[in-house]
Amino acid sequence: MDGRRLDELRPLKLEVGVLDKADGSAYIEHGRNKILAAVFGPREAHPKHIALADRAVVRCRYHMAPFSTDERKSPAPSRREQELSKVIRESLEPSIMSEYYPRSTIDLFIEVLQADAGTRCAGITSASLALADAGIPLRELVAGCAAGKIDGRVVLDLSDIEDKKGDADLPIAYMPKSNAIGLLQMDGSLTEDELKQALDMGVGACRTIYEMQKDALRRKYHVEHDEAEKEEIAEVKA
Amino acid sequence: MPFKGAYIPRLDDIVLGRVTDIGMSGWQVDICSPYPAMLPASETPMHRGRDTVRQDLRTIYGVGDLMIAQVIAFDRTRDPLLTTKGRGLGKVSSGLVARIPPTKIPRMIGKKGSMITMLKKETGTDIVPGQNGVVLVTGRDPDQERVAVEAIYMIEREAHTTGLTDRVKAMITERMKGTKIGQ
Repeated sequence: MDGRRLDELRPLKLEVGVLDKADGSAYIEHGRNKILAAVFGPREAHPKHIALADRAVVRCRYHMAPFSTDERKSPAPSRREQELSKVIRESLEPSIMSEYYPRSTIDLFIEVLQADAGTRCAGITSASLALADAGIPLRELVAGCAAGKIDGRVVLDLSDIEDKKGDADLPIAYMPKSNAIGLLQMDGSLTEDELKQALDMGVGACRTIYEMQKDALRRKYHVEHDEAEKEEIAEVKA
Repeated sequence: MPFKGAYIPRLDDIVLGRVTDIGMSGWQVDICSPYPAMLPASETPMHRGRDTVRQDLRTIYGVGDLMIAQVIAFDRTRDPLLTTKGRGLGKVSSGLVARIPPTKIPRMIGKKGSMITMLKKETGTDIVPGQNGVVLVTGRDPDQERVAVEAIYMIEREAHTTGLTDRVKAMITERMKGTKIGQ
């Protein structure tokens, strides 16, 4: 524990549009996590046979840099990274209006520069922002946050040491407007009551993060409040 | 108004494209969209029912050539088809090109063309706004072209603000002082 309350998030910093070459990008610092997300597309599908006739294909690569952890991580994609790529893609896909871009692909790259537990959630938070930055029509933003258990007490947003010492970890991806959960995994064990408590805590935190995401988008275009609202409406309608 | 977005072709749109490949009966054209466009040989004014097998298509458009074209067919299930038959269409041989998000083209044109008319008048250039976000600027003097391109990027940055036309106009007047025409 680092002096936070049981239900307190780690410090969060979000930045949108940090990369020039990508169509959309975002950078997140969540506690000591540092993650870059980049979006390319919608663009022509290569190889052609993966294209779908009625919507865009969403591809996702989650990758940890060799220098992101205490011990050097092999840069080759591990089984864990492949799994995370898949669950991150699946948690974001429902938010993307991919039917507007049939026969194309949307490529999503999540690069973990520094890892400190909860990278999949921070990855989702930043990736969703990068998608919005790319001008891809979204139903809404997706926020991610984890809850867990240490010494029999349910706590929010575990850091690396807390995760390793703790009894359970429960990463959540959540869409506030439709009140939908896009990702729910559990490591360790929780009782039914604890699970409910952790879930409520995580969802609450996702709502807070969601507001910060909107703020980050507004900041990029440094416009008045109502204009940014308009953009969001336009994106939802687009 | 969205800030960014991919270009989705629509019927009758004027676009600027670059030739990426030459086939047996036409060209493949990159129009900065998720969908690559085809320009059939029969849709060029030079064609006139000639035998495409005998005539070398490279003499009409080579790879890398820039052209102004019009979308004549697109239905989301097949790639867009282009034509270069018609007034103002065809190969581009001079000028400067600016690329902005296609969502901001309407802002660059303005209400009833107010913005683009001002741009043309103040910089003394001709401006072709491709609906795909590629804008062609041609003028007699390279300085004029540069000022116009600068103005276009200013519109891109400040597309969501009001009173933009006047501010762009002021900027152009300021810049034009340095050019031959302004003096």
